[in-house]
Amino acid sequence: MAHFEKATSVHDWLNQRLAIEKFEKVMMSEYWIPKNINFLWAMGMVLAMTFAILLVSGIFLLMYYQPNVDLAFDSVNYTIMQEVGFGWLWRHVHAVAASVVFLIIYIHMFTGIYYGSYKKGREMIWISGMLLFVAFSAEAFSGYMLPWGQMSYWAGMVITNLFSLGSLELNGIVEWIRGDYVPAQAFLTRFFMLHVLLIPVAILALIAVHFYALRFPHVNNLDGEFFDYDEQAELYKSGNTRASKVIRFANDFLSKDMFVMSIFLIFFFYLVFWQYAFAMDPVNFDPADGLKTPAHIYPEWYFLWSYEILRPFSKDIGLIAFGFAQVIFFLLPFLDKSDNVAPASRRGPFKIWFWVMLVDMIVLTAMGKLPPEGIFSTIGLVAALVFIGLWVVLPFITKIEKKL
Amino acid sequence: MTKGRRGFMGKAFGAVAGVGAVASLYAMKRSWDPLPSVKAAGFTMVDLTAAEPNVLVVEKWRGKPVFILKKTPEMVAAQNEEQTARDIVVGNDHFLVCIGLCTHLGCIPAYRPDKHDFKCACHGGEFDASGIDTLLPPPSPMEIPPFKVDGTTLVLGEAGPEYEKMKSSGITV
Repeated sequence: MAHFEKATSVHDWLNQRLAIEKFEKVMMSEYWIPKNINFLWAMGMVLAMTFAILLVSGIFLLMYYQPNVDLAFDSVNYTIMQEVGFGWLWRHVHAVAASVVFLIIYIHMFTGIYYGSYKKGREMIWISGMLLFVAFSAEAFSGYMLPWGQMSYWAGMVITNLFSLGSLELNGIVEWIRGDYVPAQAFLTRFFMLHVLLIPVAILALIAVHFYALRFPHVNNLDGEFFDYDEQAELYKSGNTRASKVIRFANDFLSKDMFVMSIFLIFFFYLVFWQYAFAMDPVNFDPADGLKTPAHIYPEWYFLWSYEILRPFSKDIGLIAFGFAQVIFFLLPFLDKSDNVAPASRRGPFKIWFWVMLVDMIVLTAMGKLPPEGIFSTIGLVAALVFIGLWVVLPFITKIEKKL
Repeated sequence: MTKGRRGFMGKAFGAVAGVGAVASLYAMKRSWDPLPSVKAAGFTMVDLTAAEPNVLVVEKWRGKPVFILKKTPEMVAAQNEEQTARDIVVGNDHFLVCIGLCTHLGCIPAYRPDKHDFKCACHGGEFDASGIDTLLPPPSPMEIPPFKVDGTTLVLGEAGPEYEKMKSSGITV
């Protein structure tokens, strides 16, 4: 057993038992972050904070929400919105944060793609990040069911039908997922459970894995430069902070993060108080009705690109294309055959690949929102084919890339 | 000796844990199955004499909409064999009876009486008045639910001889 002495202070008492000084060093003051970064490196902490906002607003919604097909709609639209003091605030915060979190996730992802922060030791950061993306998608979908409006119901119908895997007609699986022939009480209660317990727990675990995955390869920098972190840390600790290429995570890096977060929060609360309507689909203010399909069923904006990859094809091919779109980003570190870790602007053909991919995903998103008619169908089909084509050419264009 | 005993203990532990894991997974799977009360959802009876020609009737069966359309004599006359094979004939009247869900992703197509067809708003699929898909993305005709004709009453949920015949000839799955 370790030797304990009479403590001289509360701090010392805790330090003897929990090694809080050592812990503080590992987690904060001696966790080293490169200096050569820009505001895009703050998106991780912006995401962590947005998740915290979702958690807190969700806790308050949970106290009045009723997961019952007869009561759910009114518990949200009447009880929470009109009776609960500041209930509207929690709902609008929750809805806007759920939407904005995907905007930040996409910025975070494309930052990683642009600077090559997914390879040469950083593969697990990328993969754990993609798992988080999947978990957030499942969390968003399950949450979208809960108000039990028309969009909730029909999105639930359409998405669970995907699991019949097209012509395989595996209706048994669909009925098993729903616990009924159609989305009904069993469906609502189990998605409620997933939304408030199982998926949030998975997200918390994945966030821990994601942060841990950063420890060994370290955070990438603007030039993709590799250097000896121990050496640079010694330089910093010896007082030569100017020459060192690293800074402390806290309070140095965190103070920059907090500045970006503040700007983000001003934008966020502007949306919450004045522009919340974009996150609240008007169709979902009609209660769920299994005998009336809304004129247009479309997902929230952040799923539109993959929805548009599903739409222009026949059922089975559409499903395969959709499945492809869901998993292909996981394989990015292995499909990029180049050794270069550098911004896309210095990587020749990859620079073109990056911008075409970004623009293509924006086009897919726009087309996904428009009705599937005439020229929009054609543009959607072309954009979907471009998306698939880009992944096919990626190994070839990165193979011939010049070594930097 | 010790090694053998440790190896045995390891295998024994693995076996017990494996049985426990499989049993737990089975219990979890069963807990997600549709409840008996859900499965025992009753039969739906429809009085066919009340139907008007070229007016779509939507009944609810196991939470799903069932389309019932009495065809006009002109519509029947214009049909080909494939379309007529899907009709339920009661007396001299021809009826379309099908589950009113698009076979693409389960939206409810809308009936257009002037065109005698169905249009799905979700992804633009179309079906003719016999429920046969005429425009992508739906891959197959709308399904015909198990039915039995009892005089002029249609019983949904019970498989009668007409339904069995359609099923064996591959008209519906």
